[in-house]
Amino acid sequence: MSTIAEKFYSMDYGLAPEDPKEANLWLDRHHRRFGLFIDGAWRKPSTGEYVTTNDPSTGDALAEVALGTIDDVNPAVAAARKALPAWQALSGHERARYLYALARQVQKHSRRLAVLETMDNGKPIRESRDIDIPLVARHFYHHAGWAQLLESEFPGYQACGVVGQVIPWNFPLLMFAWKVAPALAAGNTVVIKPAMQTPLTALAMAELAQEVGLPPGVLNVLTCNDKAAQALVEHPDLDKVAFTGSTEVGRIIRKVTANSNKKLSLELGGKSPFIVFDDADLDSAVEGLVDAIWFNQGQVCCAGSRLLVQERVAETLYAKIRTRMESLRVGPPLDKAIDIGAVVSPVQLETIRKMVDAGVAEGARCWQPSTAIPEKGCFYPPTLLTDVHPAATVVQQEIFGPVLVAMTFRTPAEAAELANNTVYGLAASIWSENINVALDLAAQVKAGVVWVNCTNQFDAASGFGGYRESGYGREGGREGMLEYLAPRWLHTLPTAPAGAPGPSHLGTGEGISGAEDAGEETSGDDSRAATNPSPPSLSGPSIDKTVKQYIGGKQARPDSGYSFPVYGLSGELLGEAPLGNRKDIRNAVEAARNASGWARASAHNRAQILYYLAENMIQRRDEIAQRLARVVGEDQAAREVALNIERTFSYAAWADKYEGVVHNPPGRNITIAMNEAVGAIGILAPSEAPLLGLLSLVLPAIAMGNTVVAVPSERYPLVIGDLYQLFDTSDLPGGVVNLVAGRPAELAKTLAEHDGLEAIWCFRSNEEASFVRAASIGNLKQVFTNDGHAYDWFNPAQAEGRWFLQHATQVKNIWVPYGE
Amino acid sequence: MALQPIATTQNGARAAHPVPVVLNGRPLEANRRIPLNLDWIDQVRVNTSAVERRAATHVTRRTVKKDTQAAWLLRAIACMDLTTLSGDDSADRVRRLCAKARNPLQRSLVEALRIEELHLTVGAVCVYHAFVETAVKALEGSGIPVAAVSAGFPAGLNPLAERVAEIHRSVEAGAQEIDIVITRAHVFNGEWQALYDEIAAFKEACGPHAHLKAILGTGDLMTLRNVARASWAAMMAGADFIKTSTGKETVNATLPVSLVMVRSIRDYAERTGFFVGFKPAGGIRTAKQALDWLALMKDELGRPWLEPSLFRFGASGMLADIERQLEHHVTGRYSAAYRHPIA
Repeated sequence: MSTIAEKFYSMDYGLAPEDPKEANLWLDRHHRRFGLFIDGAWRKPSTGEYVTTNDPSTGDALAEVALGTIDDVNPAVAAARKALPAWQALSGHERARYLYALARQVQKHSRRLAVLETMDNGKPIRESRDIDIPLVARHFYHHAGWAQLLESEFPGYQACGVVGQVIPWNFPLLMFAWKVAPALAAGNTVVIKPAMQTPLTALAMAELAQEVGLPPGVLNVLTCNDKAAQALVEHPDLDKVAFTGSTEVGRIIRKVTANSNKKLSLELGGKSPFIVFDDADLDSAVEGLVDAIWFNQGQVCCAGSRLLVQERVAETLYAKIRTRMESLRVGPPLDKAIDIGAVVSPVQLETIRKMVDAGVAEGARCWQPSTAIPEKGCFYPPTLLTDVHPAATVVQQEIFGPVLVAMTFRTPAEAAELANNTVYGLAASIWSENINVALDLAAQVKAGVVWVNCTNQFDAASGFGGYRESGYGREGGREGMLEYLAPRWLHTLPTAPAGAPGPSHLGTGEGISGAEDAGEETSGDDSRAATNPSPPSLSGPSIDKTVKQYIGGKQARPDSGYSFPVYGLSGELLGEAPLGNRKDIRNAVEAARNASGWARASAHNRAQILYYLAENMIQRRDEIAQRLARVVGEDQAAREVALNIERTFSYAAWADKYEGVVHNPPGRNITIAMNEAVGAIGILAPSEAPLLGLLSLVLPAIAMGNTVVAVPSERYPLVIGDLYQLFDTSDLPGGVVNLVAGRPAELAKTLAEHDGLEAIWCFRSNEEASFVRAASIGNLKQVFTNDGHAYDWFNPAQAEGRWFLQHATQVKNIWVPYGE
Repeated sequence: MALQPIATTQNGARAAHPVPVVLNGRPLEANRRIPLNLDWIDQVRVNTSAVERRAATHVTRRTVKKDTQAAWLLRAIACMDLTTLSGDDSADRVRRLCAKARNPLQRSLVEALRIEELHLTVGAVCVYHAFVETAVKALEGSGIPVAAVSAGFPAGLNPLAERVAEIHRSVEAGAQEIDIVITRAHVFNGEWQALYDEIAAFKEACGPHAHLKAILGTGDLMTLRNVARASWAAMMAGADFIKTSTGKETVNATLPVSLVMVRSIRDYAERTGFFVGFKPAGGIRTAKQALDWLALMKDELGRPWLEPSLFRFGASGMLADIERQLEHHVTGRYSAAYRHPIA
């Protein structure tokens, strides 16, 4: 120990340890052993097996936690199911009081939770104390509010039911709060599986829940092995699964839940760009990077790990970053003056090492500061990799460590291109003193959260979640609540018939059951045929029309060179439709992607085109109805066309009204929550209402700026002929809607697997929905299906409005701090 | 390696351990006037929200405890311009202040902390021109320099010739440091040449030995961009220190303002190879605040900027709080102000 005089000369920081005494006493009170928290009580795991959780900064054992196995999953889910009716029967106010009580408990025990978190996870105590735990309390408070307002703010909605949740180790308690608070506020009951590296704070929360008298079974905490976790997400009695973690595991979860109608939200990985323009406050941008990539040892899904800097200031910025890195303090995370603590586990440490080695092997220049790193424990120094290129592994893949990769750009357009050159889309940070530049880029970046001149800002009222392979669904705010709610009518819908109705000659093995359902009089009436533009005037089979695919605003012959006959109600040949194949879908998706400018058309402009479309429909209503009548009967045809006109008006109305909101998070900040188009959407239309069902899906999509590749039902693919005339005469830009006829089941595969589509909507049979879900995992496109329900397309309460608009958009939260 | 050319205090700390002025491995020289470069002023970019966030979180990222905290508080004393700038100042009041400057801590504390070898004194005594002679006499032999506020302090709106003459008089009276306040209107109006000329004239008037501290009046300048631009003009004009405030503004030294100024000092050093000192003044009253500022200097500029030759606190009340904290450190009991001799 040096003397005070020596310290006066050296002016080093010395030690400033947070005292872990109280947290240790708490662990001791539990004899450093924790069971499963099921049905309001602590239980031994069925096998009697426990695993140790360690302090990654020392390797010391902290406690033993139950290792639940498959046998423990059933009791946990059963407890949640049993608790559900009573929990849902509570008023919003009553649930609000529980959430409020939890928020208060978090505040009252904030330091114990912070110290526990740091001991278990290795993150600096400053972060757990000043960021994680306050955000946890804030999240419970905010959602106590949603519980209170549930009935008035979400009329007609109800909880999903029993929710299974799996959370990661990087923000153990914060992710617990993000999952549990909205689920409980909405009236769900929960089985949550914490990460086995960091289970302690979730268990502490279970105890707090006990203390506030949360009814048994409402919250169940299941520490368990991977098999049991998989059994949990696959459990047939769950209504919803929410997962935060790696994209790899997210894919698995999408796949194993594909056969069920569980609602799914995924918050996955990222390789978020951190974009610095030459007119940025460079010193502040450097501090932004510290908060971006050297926050929580870089183990942050939304870490700004990809630095894109304007060429002109690159060397200046790199020099400033290196200087700043020298003053980062790496060491024991319980020290109050430590910037970078321990990586969560030896495995993770090894992963980071290997990734950096691989980066260097591929030509990256690696720079690390001379800062002392503790010899024992899982520590990795802050690292800057320059001389990297977009093709480098370290640029493409998430490292999940304190490693920044840096590249340059020349123009804003190139910045946008590089920023979006990733399979991920979680967050982005943009630094410029020019608001025009910053907001322009914010609009272009494909990311769920954009921080202008700041980074890693979070608030319970502002939704968080990604685009692309960063997952789907949002956490926080109104959009986060919607993830745990479903329209009440959805629960009352009849089950969709198994197998899609379709002509048997298409090889789908299904009869024309829809036609029988329609039960309408048969068509073939001469007077109607007479109004047909190309009446069957020739003798023999009446082929009234040759329909082609509609791709990029043009009629296109099917690539296959085949057509298939379409028959009417009484089995008469109505015409022939093109038999679409993979290549037609490929071309259609290409056209849809090329029409992405539609999203930038003004909402007024989109509305005008939709009104014009409705106007043209009115003009042609009779002929359209007459043709349709031969398939669905006169009455249904008339209703479909009439409602179509109304529905088109509705979405023209919605086009400039389904808008975002502005949040006021703490601090001098506005957060602009924008509803953005999802992108290019593949649509598999239902057969029960061949025209109305198709347009009920196409219209909300295009009203919100999406482009569409739609496959009409096999029952009446000739509808393409009517629609392209309507679209062409309504000034709809080519490529916004593309229509491909063929065997839906075959085309569904190409659509669901196509990486150029951001979403797929399938409103057909349960089997097809399952198939589409499973096939969607390639690029983790968003999936919207009827979940095996039979929608009533003639009931506007079910078939149009917010439910569809919500799926046609994704929320981008743009944080804009201000002040001079 | 260039050493700091002038030891502005003669206390044991400096004599025993000269600290070379180095930034990122590059030795720096004392600042001198360079031609006004308007590009550098134009290139100023300051994002207020981001600066505020850094300032707010920095104090939560750094803390010092126990012996280290005691050592840092002693460092704060060594970097303190013990100041009296009141309309009711008198010769005896100034002499009392000087006595405190020589012995900022009572003997029992010095012994308990075992810091006799430091011969700890404050960095300087800061008074109005009228008391320069009194202070110089009272501090004779101590090595503690006298700083005079000058040039029409605190408004700085007297005719330029009178302000320059005032500096001459203070230097002749024995002031080794001159704290002047800039014409804030030059900043509002973007009259950088006028601002530069004014400060250059003040520096000229200081002669070869006295140090010039340029007070920017940051509470008046209002915006952080103004603060940065004024910092650049002052440094290019040859100021030895840039200083936040007169202590008479509604808002005086704040951490965001300080952050902007020390970042300007760092950029200036990188561009020119010259070092400039920093003095936050006004509103810094507690030991905790002193530690916050020391940590800011250490992290943003490095160890050399913890020397009194490059860093000063302008404070009148802070010493009393530091004494109480140090007594608590020694005894483990919380102290009371009346137990320490007043300045």
